[in-house]
Amino acid sequence: MTAVGIETSGHDPALEPSSYGHEAAVGREAFERIERTWRSPAGFVGWFTQVNHSAIGLRFIVTAFVFFILSGLLGLAMRLQLAMPLNEMLSPEAYNQIMTVHGTAMMFLFAIPAMEGVAIYVAPLMVGARDMAFPRLNAFGYYVYLIGGSAFFLSLALGMAPDAGWFNYVPLANKTFSEGYGVDIWTTMITFIELSALTAAVELIVTIMKLRAPGMSLDRMPIFVWAVLVMSFMILFAMPSVMVASAFLMMDRLVDTQFFIVENGGSPLLWQHLFWFFGHPEVYIILVPALGIVTSIVVTFSGRPLFGYTALVLAITGIGMVSFGLWVHHMYTTGLPFMGRSFFMAASSMIAIPSGVQVYCWIATLWGGKVRFATPMLWVLAFFGVFIAGGLTGVMVASVPFDRQVHDSYFVVAHFHYVLMGGAVFPLMGAIYYWFPKATGRMLSERLGIGSCLTVFVGFNITFFPMHILGLQGMPRRVYTYVDGLGWGNMNLLATFGAFLLALGFALTLFNVVRSLRHGAVAPDNPWGGSTLEWATASPPLNCNFIQQPVVESRRPMWDWREAGSRTVVAGLSEDRRETMVTTLLDARPQSVMVLPGPTPWPFVSAVAASFGFIGLIFSPWFFPIGFFAVFATMVFWFWPRHPWRKK
Amino acid sequence: MRSEGKAKRGFGSPQERVRLRLLRLLSSAPFAFLLSGCQGIQSALDPASRDARLVAELSWWMFTSAVFIYIVTIGLLAVGAGLFRGRKRLSFRSSTTLVILGGVCAPIIAIIAIGVSGVAIGDETEGAREAGTALTIEVVGKQWWWELRYLDEAGEVIAVTANELHLPVGERARLELLSDNVIHSFWAPNLQGKTDAIPGRRNVLFAEPAVEGVWRGQCAEFCGKQHTLMGFMVVAEPRDEFNAWLERQASDALAPPAPGLDVFLDLGCGGCHTIRGTPADGQKGPDLTHLASRRTIAAATLPNSRGNLGGWITDTHEVKPGALMPSFIPEPQDLHDLLDYLEALH
Repeated sequence: MTAVGIETSGHDPALEPSSYGHEAAVGREAFERIERTWRSPAGFVGWFTQVNHSAIGLRFIVTAFVFFILSGLLGLAMRLQLAMPLNEMLSPEAYNQIMTVHGTAMMFLFAIPAMEGVAIYVAPLMVGARDMAFPRLNAFGYYVYLIGGSAFFLSLALGMAPDAGWFNYVPLANKTFSEGYGVDIWTTMITFIELSALTAAVELIVTIMKLRAPGMSLDRMPIFVWAVLVMSFMILFAMPSVMVASAFLMMDRLVDTQFFIVENGGSPLLWQHLFWFFGHPEVYIILVPALGIVTSIVVTFSGRPLFGYTALVLAITGIGMVSFGLWVHHMYTTGLPFMGRSFFMAASSMIAIPSGVQVYCWIATLWGGKVRFATPMLWVLAFFGVFIAGGLTGVMVASVPFDRQVHDSYFVVAHFHYVLMGGAVFPLMGAIYYWFPKATGRMLSERLGIGSCLTVFVGFNITFFPMHILGLQGMPRRVYTYVDGLGWGNMNLLATFGAFLLALGFALTLFNVVRSLRHGAVAPDNPWGGSTLEWATASPPLNCNFIQQPVVESRRPMWDWREAGSRTVVAGLSEDRRETMVTTLLDARPQSVMVLPGPTPWPFVSAVAASFGFIGLIFSPWFFPIGFFAVFATMVFWFWPRHPWRKK
Repeated sequence: MRSEGKAKRGFGSPQERVRLRLLRLLSSAPFAFLLSGCQGIQSALDPASRDARLVAELSWWMFTSAVFIYIVTIGLLAVGAGLFRGRKRLSFRSSTTLVILGGVCAPIIAIIAIGVSGVAIGDETEGAREAGTALTIEVVGKQWWWELRYLDEAGEVIAVTANELHLPVGERARLELLSDNVIHSFWAPNLQGKTDAIPGRRNVLFAEPAVEGVWRGQCAEFCGKQHTLMGFMVVAEPRDEFNAWLERQASDALAPPAPGLDVFLDLGCGGCHTIRGTPADGQKGPDLTHLASRRTIAAATLPNSRGNLGGWITDTHEVKPGALMPSFIPEPQDLHDLLDYLEALH
C-alpha cells in the first residue's frame, strides 16, 4: 500500500473541456478497479443493497417529488371544491382528510425529504468526499421514509386518513373526538419521518465536519454546505420536540396516558407549544438549504465570487438560531399574556434582519455582473419575486393585533404559500435545472424550462395572491366550503383557475425531465461553469465521486484550476476498498483515512422490521415489543463484524 | 331572495315529499338573503368598532410600506442585474453600504415600527378600557354552534341563547370564551380579532360595536367535521332595544302550549333542546326558548324561515353534513304543527 499524500495532477483540465480526464488521471486499469470497488449492485435485488450517497440522494429526491405531485393533486381537488360557494364535490369528511394529507405530506413527505435528498446528493460532492460517513444508515433512513410515506398515502386511498389537520391539535386529535385510526396513522407517520430526518441529519453533520477534502477549511466551505450544516443541526434540535409530542399523543390514544386530557389535568396548550417549538424551526429547516441553493446559483450565473461570504454564513446561522425563539407567534390567539406575546413579536420580526442581509448580498453579487439568465437563474428570479412578498407579509403577521385578525384566515394561507413555495419550491426547481446535468449526464431543455418557470410564476400569483384579500375579508382556513353572499366567490374562482395554471407549469418541468433523460443534449462535466467541487467529477458522477480526491486551496477550486491549468489531488487511497479522507474539523488538515462499508441488504430489512413495529402499533401496543426485537435481530446482522479494514 | 320565496310556502299541501326535495335545493343558496348590499358583513376591512378600525388602519400602513419595500428591493435587483448588466461590479464599499442600508437598517426600522405599533394597538384592543364593562357574556364553543350565556353583575346566568350575539352600541362587552369539547376560535372580524375558546381555560375578548348593525362571524380554529358552518351573527343595537331583547331572552317561552309542543316532545327533541317553561330541558343542543327571535338557524347557515326550519328538521345533514342532530320526518300534519309552534317561540 502506498502512503497517502498530496500531489499535483499532471493533466490539464483546460485541454479537455467536456471531461476532466478522470480516466487519464490514474490510468485505465486503476480507474476501472476503483470504479468496481465503488460500484452499486445492479438488478432488482441489487437495488435494495445500494448504499452510495448518490443513489440514496437521488431516491430521496425522486420519491419526494412523487409525493409532491400527489399532494399537489390533492391541492387541486381542494381548489375545485372551493371554486364556488356551497359546492358539493367533496364531502366534509373527504375534504378534511385531503386537507390534512396535503399539509402533512407537503411538509413531512415532500419539503424536508427533498431538501435532505439534495443535501445528501450534492453536499458530499461539494466537500470533495467519496461518500457519506454512514452509508448504510443513509439507506436505512430512505427505506423508512419510503415505507412511512407510502403507508400514509395508502391510508388516504382506503379512506382512513387522518382528518384533524397537519397541526393535529388536541383535544380534537384525542380519542374522544377523533375515533378510528386516522390520527394514529398521523403520529406513526411522524415517527417515520423523524427517524429518517434524524439519520440524515447526523449523517450530514459528520460528513460535513469530518470528510471534507483536505484544505477545505470551514471558511472555504460553499454556502450551500453551510446551509446544509445549519439545517442538520436544526433538525437535531427541533425534531425531538415533535417526537415527544407525537409519542405523548400516541400513548394518550393507545394506553390512556393523560398528557392532553383536560379533565385529568392534561393541557391542550402543551401540545401547541411542543408542536410549534418544532413546527416553526421546521419551516426554516426547509428554507435554509433553499437559501444555499439560491446562493450557489447566484454565484455560478453571475460568474464571480459571492459578496459577503461571512455575512451570509452569519445570516444563515442567525436564522437557524432565532427560528427557535418564535414559536409562540402561532399561538397569539390562545390567550397567553400580552407581555409574553410582545417578546415573541419582537423575536419574530427580527428574522427580517438576516433575511434582508442575504437578499442584499445577492443583489450586490449580481450588480453589474454578466448575469446569464439560464433556467436555474430564472427560478432564482422567481424566488426573489415571490419570497420577498412572503417575507413582508411574514413581518406583518408578527404584529400581535394584526395577527389576531388574520390568524387562521386565508391571509395566512397566502403568506405561507408565498414563503414555502417561493422560499423552497422555486429554489428546488432551480436546483433541478442546475444539477440535473450533473446527476443524469443530460441537459434539460431550456425552452421548456423557461415556459415552465413563467407558467408557474404567473399561476402561483393568480392562485395565492387573492387569498390575502380573502383572508382580510374574513374567510377562515380549513373550511370545506363557504356560504354564499359574503363576497368570496370571485376570488376563490380566480384562485382555482390559477391553481390549474400552476399545475400546468409543473407538468411542463415533469415532461422536460422525462424527455431529457433520453433525448437531452449530453452534459459536460461543468456545463454552467460552476466554482464548486461537484462539477469536478463526471456527469453523472463516478461511482467513487472523485477518482482522486481533490485538495482545496480557496472557496472556488474549479475556477482556480481553470486559471492554473492544473490541480492538486490526494494520492495513495486504496483502489480495492472504499476509502475516503478524514480531515480536521476547522482547517481540514488530513487526519486519517476512513474505510466505508459497501452494499448490503440489512438496512432495508431493518427498515421493514421497524416499519412493521410502527405500523402495528396503530392496532395494538403489542407490536412495540415485537417491532423492538425484530429490529434488534436485523441490527445484529447489520453490525456483524466483517472486518472491512482487513487487507484482502 | 329566491330561496326565501320558495321556503315561505311551507308544508301545507299533500305533495310534502316533493317540497322536501325542493327544500334541499335551498341549501345550495341559503345565504342569498345576504347578497344584496351585505358584502363586508364578515370582513376585517369594514371595521365597525374602534378595535377593528385601529387594526385596519395598521394593516393599510403595513401594506403600503410593504409595497414600497418590495418595489425598492425588486427595483434594485432589476437595475443592478438588468440595467447595469455587464458593467463593473459595485465596489466593496458601496456593496457594504447597500447591504447595511437594505439588509440591516431598513429591517430595523420595520421591526421598531412593528413593535411599537403592535404593543400600542395590542394594548388598546385587548384591554378593558375605562368605558365600563358591565356586560359579561359567556361564549361557549360547541360542536358546531355557539352557546351564549348573558350574566348579571353577580355572575349569575340571566339568559341563554345561541348563535346570535346581541350587544349594546358603544359599550364594551366582556366575552368570556369557554369550551367543553375541542378548541374553537371566536372571530367577528368587523368588531375584533379572534380569540380561542380552549377547554380548561377562560379567555377574554372585548367587543365594542361603534354603530348599529348586523354582522356575521365564524369559528376560526379547525374544530372537526363541521368547522366550516359554525357561524354566528352579531347584532348591535341601542341600549334600550338591547334591554328589551335581553328581558325577553331571560323569560320563559312566550308561546302557549300547542299541538306542536307535543310533537316536539314526542319526537324526543327535548332530550337535547331546552324550551324554558316546558318539559323540554335537554342541554346538548341550542336553547330554543326564543328560537323565532333569531335571524338564522343552524349556526348562521340558513335564514330563519318556516321553509328552512322544515328543511333543517327533515334533512339536517343535507344542510350540515356531520351535524350531531339527527333528521326527523314526522307526519305532514305533525310537521305543520311543529313548525307553527317553533315559529311562535318569539
